[in-house]
Amino acid sequence: MKRRQFLAGAAAAGALPVGRLWAVPRVHTRFLLVFLRGGYDAANLLVPVASDFYYEARPNIAVPRRECLEIDSDWGLHPALRESVYPLFKKGEAAFVPFAGTDDLTRSHFETQDGIELGQPLGGRRDYASGFLNRLAVELVGPGAISFTDHLPVVFRGAAKVANASLRVPARAGLDERQAKLIAEMYRDTALGAQVAEGFAARRDIARAMGAEMEVASRGAIGPRNFAREARRIARLMKDAYRLGFVDVGGWDTHINQGPTATAGAAPGYLAQRFEELGRGLAAFADEMGAAWRDTTVVVISEFGRTFRENGNRGTDHGHGTVYWILGGTVRGGRIAGAQQKLARGTLFEDRDYPILNEYRALLGGLFVRLYGLDAVRIGKVFAGVAPLDLRVV
Amino acid sequence: MKKLAIMVFGALVLAGCAGKPPAPPALERYAPAAQLLFLDRVTWGANATAAREMAELGAGRWLERQLAPPPGDDLPPKAAAQVAAMTITQRPVLMLAADLVERRRSVLALADDAQKKMEQQAFQQELTRLGREAASRSVLRALYSPWQLREHMTWFWMNHFNVFMFKAGLRATVGDYEESAIRPHALGNFRTLLGAAARHPAMLRYLDNAQNAAGRLNENFARELMELHTLGADGGYRQQDVQELARVLTGFGIVTRETARRGPTPSGEYLREGLFEFNPKRHDYGPKVLLGKPIRARGVAELDEALDLLARHPSTARFVSRKLAVFFVSDEPPAALVERVAATWTTTDGNIPAVLRTLFSSEEFRQSLGSKFKDPIHYVFSALRLAGTGEQVADTSRILGGLGRLGQPLYARPTPDGYPLTRMAWASAGQLAVRFEVARAIAYAGDWRIDPSLEKRLGPATVKALASAATPQERNLLYISSPEFMHR
Repeated sequence: MKRRQFLAGAAAAGALPVGRLWAVPRVHTRFLLVFLRGGYDAANLLVPVASDFYYEARPNIAVPRRECLEIDSDWGLHPALRESVYPLFKKGEAAFVPFAGTDDLTRSHFETQDGIELGQPLGGRRDYASGFLNRLAVELVGPGAISFTDHLPVVFRGAAKVANASLRVPARAGLDERQAKLIAEMYRDTALGAQVAEGFAARRDIARAMGAEMEVASRGAIGPRNFAREARRIARLMKDAYRLGFVDVGGWDTHINQGPTATAGAAPGYLAQRFEELGRGLAAFADEMGAAWRDTTVVVISEFGRTFRENGNRGTDHGHGTVYWILGGTVRGGRIAGAQQKLARGTLFEDRDYPILNEYRALLGGLFVRLYGLDAVRIGKVFAGVAPLDLRVV
Repeated sequence: MKKLAIMVFGALVLAGCAGKPPAPPALERYAPAAQLLFLDRVTWGANATAAREMAELGAGRWLERQLAPPPGDDLPPKAAAQVAAMTITQRPVLMLAADLVERRRSVLALADDAQKKMEQQAFQQELTRLGREAASRSVLRALYSPWQLREHMTWFWMNHFNVFMFKAGLRATVGDYEESAIRPHALGNFRTLLGAAARHPAMLRYLDNAQNAAGRLNENFARELMELHTLGADGGYRQQDVQELARVLTGFGIVTRETARRGPTPSGEYLREGLFEFNPKRHDYGPKVLLGKPIRARGVAELDEALDLLARHPSTARFVSRKLAVFFVSDEPPAALVERVAATWTTTDGNIPAVLRTLFSSEEFRQSLGSKFKDPIHYVFSALRLAGTGEQVADTSRILGGLGRLGQPLYARPTPDGYPLTRMAWASAGQLAVRFEVARAIAYAGDWRIDPSLEKRLGPATVKALASAATPQERNLLYISSPEFMHR
């Protein structure tokens, strides 16, 4: 696994800045960022059970109080997580941060996702070649970084070398070694040289980590929508070759028919199914990590929350504040973290959405400081111009 | 330009570029090597037929013909026969939709649970088959139609007005969306294209406008219509405008069984065109202000008034012109070029051929030839056109599978922004590794050789690798895996 032990900036061999070596962060720490693309309906995940206004505002799609899993006097959890994330929460290995997100106000999926992934101060000129997880990778000596996606996401763009491969369907056999070498040679002195070499190397890592499963799966047993299977594959790579990971999960833009929770006799609605699949995936990831779960942190985020009131189609439209999830063996959970406020008619942002009380850059910055022991200078390189917010969750 | 310069192989080196105004249209003076690069840029990839045609006509006249294609496909016989045999060709979309609605009703009415489940699966498979027919037709046209620019632009606009065929029953209508809303206007007028896309049931379903009604607003289509189809995210609209446009769009939806039963004009303003309908009962007739301008019309005419306003807005000229320049010139097109293209857009009221003519005859375009990184669809189609042997027809299902593996399947981008058009989105380590595997599949499919007249000027590293090829197939593999072939 030596090849994976990349240094800042990857190619800059020998150019290691002085002072770096004694500031080496704990390399066994694993961090996985899960991005729910589409703006998931956070108010139906972490349900404000104490708010009568919530039940007034959502006459058709509110999660009934009696169905919520108990969190505290203000909040309840969607019942679709009963078998998966709720047990982690009870064990103190999961926490939720409501009123989290970015101050970006475009309410555009794409603008907001890009903005969050870049993690740069709002209002300045965006550098589209620099995402915050890549800047974090630059600051860390040791962990290999990988995105479990077909494309390298914005969050991982930048100077540090990052592999990417979707594990939704298992890898297939590639070229033979000789052909791979011939191709890599053609690229050696081009702008794509590093990517081509990294691509071939990652294929070999994945083939090794998947081993037996690949053979079974190539007979076509695995459905691409099964996030739990994918999450287990991700865990196998994060146990073994990589320490910093990213994956995204789509399908959260519920403008119409979010559907009911599963009640006796009735099938769960669309959103309930999405929560269930996601929850099962996260639990499967925790399980597959085994002993390494102790050193693992998973953060689940989304670009924005949705309107507090339901719309005309039993769905919700683009909103503002959302709820972040923090899970892992490192987590001091079993609670709701961060600044909070009462939810009533007068306290919504622009009379429609959750406000932002826990800005995401401060929140994640605080987390990284705790996980990796980064000093102010280093965390400032990841999230410039913001003071880390210490929620004491890890 | 610095970034691009690194990857330019065998491209034209032109003198006197910096600072001077661009040279007058010089397409006629393109030398053969430049003609090949030109073909690679504006078509789905150079092949022997197109290269011969361009050599005969010259680039300028070739382009004029491409900008005004005849309505027919002009596919070679075998490909034409495949298209002719498709259900989506033989059955008009209205009948197809009626068949499917009827079939679903009878499936839902089944009493036996096991049989019902089986029939539901069969119904879903039929929908998928129809969507794949449309995708196959699109592949056959991209590979074999002589009217390459129209097919290329059809993909561009399908991507601009993206729909996701796996939402609801869209698999049944996506073929008609391409055939009747997008493709006829791909080289027409933008405002007409916008109107056709906005009225098509595939779009109305995809962006939930079929559910948008007075008092039960759904903002989805309104927002994307401004952000992605016309003005652009920084085009100068606010949340208030999104809500106002959503109100304009109330009542524009899809014919339902109920409205279908009631006959053509159940009440005053009711309108139906195919599966599209305007239902006055669902429309918000209150006054509206969009982008600072009061909407004068009331009812069905509001849609056209709002679309006029959006299509003629200067932000739209700039936003779409820039997107065309990203597609056809470079990831970061020069601002001056975008301004000139937008000026043509404004003076011709969004005439797409005029806009493309300005783009293609620019000096910036000429200097950029050979340096645009291919996204998967350009990569796969250009490799297949290179491999194509005319008589045989490629196996479209394998091609569609390859596009899926590379992350760019047809009609299957879930989000309305469409696929990204820049290198940064497609050149990651993982994508390149998969691309070489797809290259291997193409290189070893059948016994084909590269037409020497189509071979690009190659750098020394590629020449050296090609010399090590043990078999003709391996030479194919190395050629289409080379850095030169990754660019257009």
